[in-house]
Amino acid sequence: MSGISQEDVAHLARLAHIDIPADQLGHYAKQLDAILNAVAEVSSLDTANVAAMSHPVPMTNVFREDIPGVSLTAEQALSGAPAVEDERFRVPRILDEE
Amino acid sequence: MVEATMNYDEAISKFDPVLGLEVHVELGTNTKMFCGCSTVFGAPPNTQVCPVCLGLPGALPALNKIGVESAIRIGLALNCEIAEWCRFARKNYFYPDMPKNFQTSQYDEPIAFEGYLDVEIDTDEGRKTFRVPIERAHMEEDTGKNSHVGGATGRIHGADYSLVDYNRAGIPLIEIVTKPITGTGKYAPEVAKAYVAALRDILRGLGVSDVKMEQGSLRCDVNLSLRETPESKLGTRSETKNVNSLRSVERAVRYEVSRHAARLAAGDTVVQETRHWHEDTGISTSGRAKSDAEDYRYFPEPDLLPIAPSREWVEELRAALPENPAVRRARLVADWGLSEIDMNTVVNSGALDLIVEAVDAGVDPAAARKWWTGELSRIANDRGIELEELPVTPAHLKRLEELISAGSLNDKLARQALEGVIVGEGDIDEIVKARGLAVVSDDGPLLAAIDEALAADPAVAETIKSGKLAAAGSVVGAVMKATRGQADAARVRELLFEKLGVSE
Repeated sequence: MSGISQEDVAHLARLAHIDIPADQLGHYAKQLDAILNAVAEVSSLDTANVAAMSHPVPMTNVFREDIPGVSLTAEQALSGAPAVEDERFRVPRILDEE
Repeated sequence: MVEATMNYDEAISKFDPVLGLEVHVELGTNTKMFCGCSTVFGAPPNTQVCPVCLGLPGALPALNKIGVESAIRIGLALNCEIAEWCRFARKNYFYPDMPKNFQTSQYDEPIAFEGYLDVEIDTDEGRKTFRVPIERAHMEEDTGKNSHVGGATGRIHGADYSLVDYNRAGIPLIEIVTKPITGTGKYAPEVAKAYVAALRDILRGLGVSDVKMEQGSLRCDVNLSLRETPESKLGTRSETKNVNSLRSVERAVRYEVSRHAARLAAGDTVVQETRHWHEDTGISTSGRAKSDAEDYRYFPEPDLLPIAPSREWVEELRAALPENPAVRRARLVADWGLSEIDMNTVVNSGALDLIVEAVDAGVDPAAARKWWTGELSRIANDRGIELEELPVTPAHLKRLEELISAGSLNDKLARQALEGVIVGEGDIDEIVKARGLAVVSDDGPLLAAIDEALAADPAVAETIKSGKLAAAGSVVGAVMKATRGQADAARVRELLFEKLGVSE
């Protein structure tokens, strides 16, 4: 048991900007718990001599030269935006009124 | 809301301040950190964007080599260790100026760490060095730019909606973070300011950024806490953002010391929060509480491979570092025989490198300094351009000085020759020839001009003869005018007195 609580689920949902109705928090807590438990099996292995791996490709220092390439036009960049004004992306009010 | 403050001297007598400074510097690379979009300032909105910096699905980042190189050079200049291996991480949060919904940054594996920067300030006991310990310098990317519409003009509070330009999103940033700076006592504001100024000089010397605080290419956050005594444990800190001038760095520290002290003395606690600095009123106001925003869920960036700078590369970059600005400055003060005040004038005018170039080309240091901080600064200022943008080279100044010491140009004519250089009339000799600039050294034309001047004002000769030598000024002026500034004023004066039979 990794012990994901309903409060944990509510907190994660808030951080991820996902609405989860209160009556479903338990449902997701159970699912997340099961996933974590499945992954936790790895910790039963002895990894004392195994370096942590974040990338499956054994390469480092992959760089691009500092030379400008092709950018989009403003028209292309804005073509998928739900709202546009003044060649800019129009977004809803950022802060709620206090 | 304006909060209570305690007089600064009283606050410092009761509490020990601990500083922390976070500086973000925007690199002057040609392209963004993770894509090939241009970084030129002032382009029309959303014209320097692509699928990578707009966070479009499936787009993959590609790391800018100069961005990494600049980060290593900055780390080395700040006496840091350079990581043998490090990664980028995703810092997850939602904000419209960040289209990916995460910032690509470094988390627990900064490229540079454990450094220091020595800064000098004036104290009651004379000039003193403080060592500012540096915790880390790491690579990250800038965000887009929001403008707020509706409500109070331009403010995010009460705005109806916002407009976003992503040209700035993805421009390389280096964040330089100090460790807690202790032991400054009452000099905390001065140390903070001196640190940011010294850092700015180093970054400018490295040529990695234009370090313009007013344009936001160098930004500073000030962390401050107070404790009862230097032996007490650290107090709760506030983080003041948006402190974007050297003067404000000093003021913000002073203000926060006074504000914290008032709270603590009244038995209140200091809230750990982000605060916003207001340049106009010189106070900070509460932003968001820090605690609930800190869950960034960092994890290693899967789309960028680790960076493992070879020791050969690092040593190569170390060997090519420019001289530390503070060391260089001390050397030049001695070499040129300047006072600290003269040197401040030079540095503040932005002319230091130009003067060094001229001196290296053989121009006398005093003359080089006179031209660059005087006439040329005035011209650049009138035109609203930087000194470096003037088309004046060390060779121009060298030739000008040669002509002046040979007596064939005077100061006024030299200025006219420089004006010719600036408007593109050619080199000094060409301009001197084309404009007919030459001190009239033949006495004949001068005597003729003196006669004319005396004839035009018959009374003046008697006035001078009666002993009022100051009246000679008007005659000399008239002769200078008649010869279009090409006369040697001292010689004109000499000839005039000779003619009138008076002696000085």
